[in-house]
Amino acid sequence: MNLHAIKAIYMFEMSRAMRTVMQSIISPVISTSLYFIVFGAAIGSRIQHIEGISYGAFIVPGLIMLQLLTQSISNAAFGIYFPRFTGTIYEVLTAPISPLEITLGYVGAAATKSIALGLIILATAAVFVDLHIAHPLAMLAFLVLTALTFSLLGFIIGIWADGFEKLQVIPLLVITPLTFLGGTFYSINMLPPFWQKVTLFNPVVYLVSGFRWSFYGVADVNIFASLGMTALFLLICLGVIWRIFSTGYRLKT
Amino acid sequence: MTAIISIKDLSKTYAGGFQALKRVDLDIERGEIFALLGPNGAGKTTLISIICGLVNPTTGSVTVDGGDIKRDYRRVREMIGLVPQELTTDHFETVWNAVSFSRGLFGKAPNPGYIEKILRALSLWEKKDNRIMELSGGMKRRLLIAKALSHEPSILFLDEPTAGVDVELRKDMWQVVRDLRAAGVTIILTTHYIEEAEEMADRVGVITKGELIIVEDKAELMRKLGKKQLTLQLSAPLSEIPGALAKHELELSNGGNTLTYTYDTRAGRTGITSLLDDMRSAGIGFSDLDTTQSSLEDIFVDLVRSKK
Ligand SMILES: Nc1ncnc2c1ncn2[C@@H]1O[C@H](COP(=O)(O)OP(=O)(O)OP(=O)(O)O)[C@@H](O)[C@H]1O
Ligand SMILES: [Mg+2]
Repeated sequence: MNLHAIKAIYMFEMSRAMRTVMQSIISPVISTSLYFIVFGAAIGSRIQHIEGISYGAFIVPGLIMLQLLTQSISNAAFGIYFPRFTGTIYEVLTAPISPLEITLGYVGAAATKSIALGLIILATAAVFVDLHIAHPLAMLAFLVLTALTFSLLGFIIGIWADGFEKLQVIPLLVITPLTFLGGTFYSINMLPPFWQKVTLFNPVVYLVSGFRWSFYGVADVNIFASLGMTALFLLICLGVIWRIFSTGYRLKT
Repeated sequence: MTAIISIKDLSKTYAGGFQALKRVDLDIERGEIFALLGPNGAGKTTLISIICGLVNPTTGSVTVDGGDIKRDYRRVREMIGLVPQELTTDHFETVWNAVSFSRGLFGKAPNPGYIEKILRALSLWEKKDNRIMELSGGMKRRLLIAKALSHEPSILFLDEPTAGVDVELRKDMWQVVRDLRAAGVTIILTTHYIEEAEEMADRVGVITKGELIIVEDKAELMRKLGKKQLTLQLSAPLSEIPGALAKHELELSNGGNTLTYTYDTRAGRTGITSLLDDMRSAGIGFSDLDTTQSSLEDIFVDLVRSKK
């Protein structure tokens, strides 16, 4: 294991984040605060409690998930796309470092950033609503697993993308809609039976539901189904990355 | 001497179907400076990129210090430093961080003293806290060299190191290269210029259109390539080269009107004076004279022709 290399990549990425702290932390915090103000305080006060939880508190896990997913993807995608774009990737590709180590460095840094962001948003939420966390360890586990999984997905997108637009396409066209339709702002029990069934095909449902369970002990789907789906997704991403490196796809000619 | 890099039957066909390397065989000897000389698009960068792991070969194999570049990639790559042809740098990093990053990437524990030594040798010490975008082009090139040296490699690839570097700096750079060679580092550099190969290299390989057409000791190659011709337009045509001039290397052409003398610019004496003396004694006059040196293109054409 080339630990020095993993550390070098990780620190490099983290120092890049410190330089761009404005985009990476402050703007997601502001946009989440806006959600709390609009949905939690303004509209939420007119909405009845869901499963015994005030609406403002109910949307907290979903909002954290929304930011966690989009920021993990964009952090990791940008982290690997940028050196490909400028050409500095040559150094990583000529270094005595395995695909696993490259991935650990880049994805580790991206996941760290989004976990930090998730915790900051959680702290922000505590300012607006009355929070209590029923299963703090499970909450952290979901936070870390989700951050890792979606950083891996972002890493894949960053390798696949051949233009800046493509970096945005998947988060914008796939992840954001799936998150909005995945029970961020409502319980899927509120949907008509047919749509409840359709929604179960949306992987984000499992993430949001599991994460909400760790806060309030109530879930739309079984907590083990949530864990299983997250783990499955993690494995798929790892498999794709393994394939990318063994074929040199988009990295070597 | 033993080969440190051994290239066997290496070919590369790019995705578009273009064949950039055609069955290249080459051994690089331990501790030498090897110059890869060739025109644009000859395949120099492709060859280097394969050895360094940036490009997958289509066929063939490369071993470095006995290890296969793919199977033993860790051991092989730890030995290699690459200075790429393109100036690719992270604009926002500082010089110091960029060089430290490279060292870590190649698996070495931090060593600020060593990095200071390289930066000083490359006259970058004053700029160590500057961001890379604040450097000039020549400084960026030296930064890339510093990055490539940061992990104390025993093999260094320099892909057109002098592009965009002024004369003064070029001298400094060659000094760094000579010092490295003295320390036992094997150096492979690419260039478009015969003069550069001549100045630096122990051996020279000439590559064109993906084929390595000649690999030769520098001295030997220079003898072959360093020829000049003196062309004399005679006042009166000759039917044959007179016996009085037999000892000179002469050729008669253009219906006996042109006399061509081929000489070695590197020889202590060119023999021109004695030729002209002998011509005067023999009463052969000339109306005009001209000297020419073969261009790199001519030399490539000659080499390719002589190979067939
Ligand atoms: N990624 C690529 N895809 C397709 N063709 C390529 C690629 N890279 C290089 N080539 C082609 O391969 C040939 C050799 O290119 P290479 O960069 O190795 O030349 P070179 O000798 O380094 O030239 P120069 O002196 O201009 O740097 C060229 O014809 C080039 O167009
Ligand atoms: Mg080149």
